[in-house]
Amino acid sequence: MTTQDLRDDEPEALHELAIELERKARARSIPDVPVGVMSCKDVDVYYGKFRAVTGVNLEFGRNEITALIGPSGCGKSTLLRSLNRMNDLVDGARVDGDVLFMGEDIYRKGVDPIEVRRRIGMVFQKPNPFPKSIYDNIAYGPRVTGMKVDSMDDLVEEALTKAVLWDEVKDKLKQSAFGLSGGQQQRLCIARTIAVKPDVILMDEPCSALDPIATMRIEDLMQELRQDYTIVIVTHNMQQAARVADRTAFFTALADKGTGDRTGVLVEFGRTTQIFEDPRDQRTEDYISGRFG
Amino acid sequence: MSSVATKAGPSERVGRPPAIPQFAGRPRYGEKVIRFVLRIAAILTVVITVGILIALIVPSLGFFSQVSVGEFLFGTRWAPRFAEASFGVIPLITATLWTTTIALLVAIPLGLGAAILLAEYASSKARKTLKPILEILAGVPTVVYGLFALQFVQATVLRDWLQLDTGAFSVLAAGLVMGVMIVPTIASISEDAMSAVPSALRQGSAALGANRMQTTMRVVFPAALSGIVAAIVLGISRAIGETMIVAIAAGSQARIVTGPLEQGQTMTGFIANAALGDSRVGSIEYDTLFAVGLLLFGITLIINAISIRFVRRFREAY
Ligand SMILES: Nc1ncnc2c1ncn2[C@@H]1O[C@H](COP(=O)(O)OP(=O)(O)OP(=O)(O)O)[C@@H](O)[C@H]1O
Ligand SMILES: [Mg+2]
Repeated sequence: MTTQDLRDDEPEALHELAIELERKARARSIPDVPVGVMSCKDVDVYYGKFRAVTGVNLEFGRNEITALIGPSGCGKSTLLRSLNRMNDLVDGARVDGDVLFMGEDIYRKGVDPIEVRRRIGMVFQKPNPFPKSIYDNIAYGPRVTGMKVDSMDDLVEEALTKAVLWDEVKDKLKQSAFGLSGGQQQRLCIARTIAVKPDVILMDEPCSALDPIATMRIEDLMQELRQDYTIVIVTHNMQQAARVADRTAFFTALADKGTGDRTGVLVEFGRTTQIFEDPRDQRTEDYISGRFG
Repeated sequence: MSSVATKAGPSERVGRPPAIPQFAGRPRYGEKVIRFVLRIAAILTVVITVGILIALIVPSLGFFSQVSVGEFLFGTRWAPRFAEASFGVIPLITATLWTTTIALLVAIPLGLGAAILLAEYASSKARKTLKPILEILAGVPTVVYGLFALQFVQATVLRDWLQLDTGAFSVLAAGLVMGVMIVPTIASISEDAMSAVPSALRQGSAALGANRMQTTMRVVFPAALSGIVAAIVLGISRAIGETMIVAIAAGSQARIVTGPLEQGQTMTGFIANAALGDSRVGSIEYDTLFAVGLLLFGITLIINAISIRFVRRFREAY
């Protein structure tokens, strides 16, 4: 290890500490009951006849980060996709129950799914930038949604700055987004989502394709974004949930005795500190301590 | 038509004594054989193309020793069989231009429309039934299309129903039917190209509040551009090279075509007609066939080159 490394290490440790302190501080500041921007009321999601998720009741608090955790196949992604009607793109997918956004059921007749997705953005597991320039990736959303923009350049800069990517790309905005690293691409996708100014951002394992450093940057970024947005994140990484989320929902899959179909259910939902330090349900405790899942 | 060469690493050597004994593989003779066969196939393609070129060029040289290139390319009277022979190819080119343009005006919108419908809007079930039907259409013999153009489109539709002022043949009838013939080619290849675009891009676009048409036009289309252009170029090449339909329905008098209702002889129409005649091998009439063939070859080549440049410039590779 060189002295250079040592010097680089130190601020990082400090930085980690700062985040930890910030998290503790935040954990105290959120209300006991989330002030809901979005909520699920008895939500079931089906793929054809197969019921993937059932009976979910959740409240996503304003300016909070909610983590959805649970073993593979318990329907986290399915539920997340039903929050902004991305499931509409899947043949045979259907949602029962109410998904409320600012009090309105987004599945009600007459609701335009396009408008829903503009207000409730989504970041995917694998970075999926468009095969266009960095600039055009950001400008895409505002353009297609017909946003009134005074200066697209400013909007692009703002979105990239918020996504902590501006300094790295400001000299190559016209270059293809495919030239960026995986972590940069994921931040670009987040910037792209921010550019349409949604109210809620859904993230499906946004860091699973990234190395620890890129992951840390995205986590920092989420803390920043939390000031302005409501965030729902699916993650398999327990530490990540503990680090970033204000509240955590734990899901598991129950096998139907007749058909053997495994259907996801919500086991426990609460403050992240409570879920991790004092889980009420044995299954939660088993999962978090690594005995299950 | 893709000009991007596959960059393979240095080929693994088979049967060389390995440096580390644990890694001693069994010699893979099968692989050697396959590689040999593939190499032969690749070489054969090149040899055949060069062979065609030579077969065209040699008789053409005979032709151009008697007729200057300028006279051929820019002359406006085409009368190779007359006593007072004249070899200006412009009349043939105008007829080809008319039939090709009309065909593309039909085929590109219909073909791309069908491709978009299949790739972006149809359910996977509908796609699975419609695509094969489309591909069967591409296999209908062109002589059938030719008769259809002559009997139905020209005689019945254009003359009887629409009462248009046209004779027994027209470049319009030939072009329209040729367009229909090319639709499946363009649709099928474009659909393949669009379906190959990762659905993650569509989802990303939808998640930003884009509707389906926007996603199709702004994300899928540019990403599939090289395949779509390839489809269109193939369509153009087929239109220029199509022989049977024009020989039957476009007419056989080589005059400059100034309107779609006129008859006209295309380059391929001339070749088909003249080749059926009794030109002596080595006569100028005979060599004329090859000069026109060479011109066709050259035009197709230029269109290919242009399209490759176009794709390089505008495509958004994923
Ligand atoms: N498009 C689909 N069509 C049919 N079934 C699906 C589809 N997507 C998911 N499923 C099924 O729904 C169930 C839940 O899947 P989902 O992807 O939501 O799980 P997950 O909790 O996100 O898992 P992971 O942690 O592995 O991402 C699984 O049984 C899966 O097979
Ligand atoms: Mg998932």
